[in-house]
Amino acid sequence: MHIVVCIKQVPDSAQIRVHPVTNTIMRQGVPTIINPYDLFALEAALELRDQFGGEVTVLTMGPPSAEDSLRKALTFGADRAVLLTDRFFAGADTLATTYALATAIRKISTEFGAPDIVFTGKQTIDGDTAQVGPGIAKRLGLLQLTYVARISALDLQARTIDAERRSEGGVQMLRTRLPCLVTMLEATNQIRRGAMADALRAARAPIVKWSAQEAGVEDISKCGLRGSPTIVKRVFAPAARSEKAALIEVGEQPAEALIDAIFKRQPALETELAALARGY
Amino acid sequence: MSTAPKTAAPAAGRAATKKELPEHFKAYKHVWVFIEQERGQVHPVSWELMGAGRKLADKLKVDLAAVVIGPEGEATQSAAAESFCYGADLVYMVADDLLADYRNESYTKALTDVVNTYKPEILLLGATTLGRDLAGSVATTLLTGLTADCTELDVDADGSLAATRPTFGGSLLCTIYTLNYRPQMATVRPRVMPMPERLTRPVGRIVSHPLSLVEDDIVTKVLSFLPDRDSAKSNLAYADVVVAGGLGLGSPENFQLVRQLATVIGAEYGCSRPLVQKGWVTSDRQIGQTGKTIRPKLYIAAGISGAIQHRVGVEGADLIVAINTDRNAPIFDFAHMGIVTDAIRLLPALTAAFQARLSPHSRDRIAS
Repeated sequence: MHIVVCIKQVPDSAQIRVHPVTNTIMRQGVPTIINPYDLFALEAALELRDQFGGEVTVLTMGPPSAEDSLRKALTFGADRAVLLTDRFFAGADTLATTYALATAIRKISTEFGAPDIVFTGKQTIDGDTAQVGPGIAKRLGLLQLTYVARISALDLQARTIDAERRSEGGVQMLRTRLPCLVTMLEATNQIRRGAMADALRAARAPIVKWSAQEAGVEDISKCGLRGSPTIVKRVFAPAARSEKAALIEVGEQPAEALIDAIFKRQPALETELAALARGY
Repeated sequence: MSTAPKTAAPAAGRAATKKELPEHFKAYKHVWVFIEQERGQVHPVSWELMGAGRKLADKLKVDLAAVVIGPEGEATQSAAAESFCYGADLVYMVADDLLADYRNESYTKALTDVVNTYKPEILLLGATTLGRDLAGSVATTLLTGLTADCTELDVDADGSLAATRPTFGGSLLCTIYTLNYRPQMATVRPRVMPMPERLTRPVGRIVSHPLSLVEDDIVTKVLSFLPDRDSAKSNLAYADVVVAGGLGLGSPENFQLVRQLATVIGAEYGCSRPLVQKGWVTSDRQIGQTGKTIRPKLYIAAGISGAIQHRVGVEGADLIVAINTDRNAPIFDFAHMGIVTDAIRLLPALTAAFQARLSPHSRDRIAS
């Protein structure tokens, strides 16, 4: 079995700072990490490989420094890493990103064997769109299972996969056919501690690096900024409310003072809270 | 959203040199809202989007249409009828028993066909697990732009959709356009837009469109559906009163203080993103851009600094009360009321004071 896992190197959002005057992101010194949601996808892929045999290929698109994330994925036990890097990919929105990744997955199929499953995380922590997984599936004609909590059965002979998919009001138990694309839900597994042998291998393992041309991109105008139908016109910090928050003095009885202030501002709340409180 | 690192920032330059909309897209008119219906229930986000869509349509002087997709029968008919009560000028309907359960293949086919046939300029969907699954497939099929999780929708002087959303993990906002492609697609999370007033209106024009699929065309099968137990569901997004805690609480044990206050005032409890990332609280309680958006009458934020990704999730609250030791915390920029003190000390006092104040006994005393 061959599984491809798409990962993304993202800035550690907990450490992003915005310049107070220019409202631009201060990138210097912000460490990068593998998008945390992708680790659930990677672990799910590794578990299937351990159970059914085969190989896991990790794929990312990004600057040359994204190699760090691929090496990290190798330390967890991935078998092969592919880095898609080219200045033509820069500035891609989700549609252009799915074009590049789908093209690379086709190339992976011819070079290393067609994947039975393509995994992605639920979404990334920097873009938060959850659009790239479905986009790759559509471009490759793969069936898609999103927000998967558990893969409950895989039958490589019958080429079927059963999965529990989180929906708004419950869990859908779905059966579909391989090859398919799965986006994994968070907190569905725990990424393994890599084995020492994998860590040693990862440090020296060759990373497959493809430019747009090497990956088989035929139409460069579908890549990067040029291939993106969406345009970011303005980036800004939201304005503060015109009136600043009314600050309550911390006196002898701050709790009582705060409650008085709340009910003074919204008198109806007192009755409503009393009714709500009785309901508990 | 950009998903690759930008080497420069040419986006603004490109946007400034707007090309003429290609001729074949000029036929795309009107604003559409996808009405999300699952197991006979319309998700409230669909009506919230009808409210937002109505404003866009009025500004563009075009029609607002609802797209209702579902099985034949009562539920789908009633979803169509309700769409008129929430402001639809007309309804496009694909009713077929193959659409009884949500499946990506059949719903993508249904929605894509209707879009290609009747050509909307704007298409809005709820950013739910269903809406996001569907929107990504439809936008890729149509090769058009899709902006996720918008917090504000507007149309420009030239009639383009201006979709604003948080970016960079919620540390800034950005406004995104789809200038040269149609439809312009956007998703919006539940509760981000206010629920519009429901008016009793007669059923208007319904345009039915067939689903050109048979069951054998649809590979994915639904084996079963396990509805969530009611007790497992938190009503956080739709609660009238919410109390939430953040990193200022210092330890997972102190989060109990938030829950205790919530219990006493009949509130739902929530938290900011770092608490979920630290594993102190489960993700269904997260408030903010990647968690729940809330619009309560009263929101008490204890030890939450107020990052933009949190702010966009709570700005719809009628009254935001912030408790924080840092007088310069961003939360005081958008809270209505605040107190600069340690939440760990104030919360128990607040719980006791509310309890005394709200008990029936004390109410009698006030009345007398």
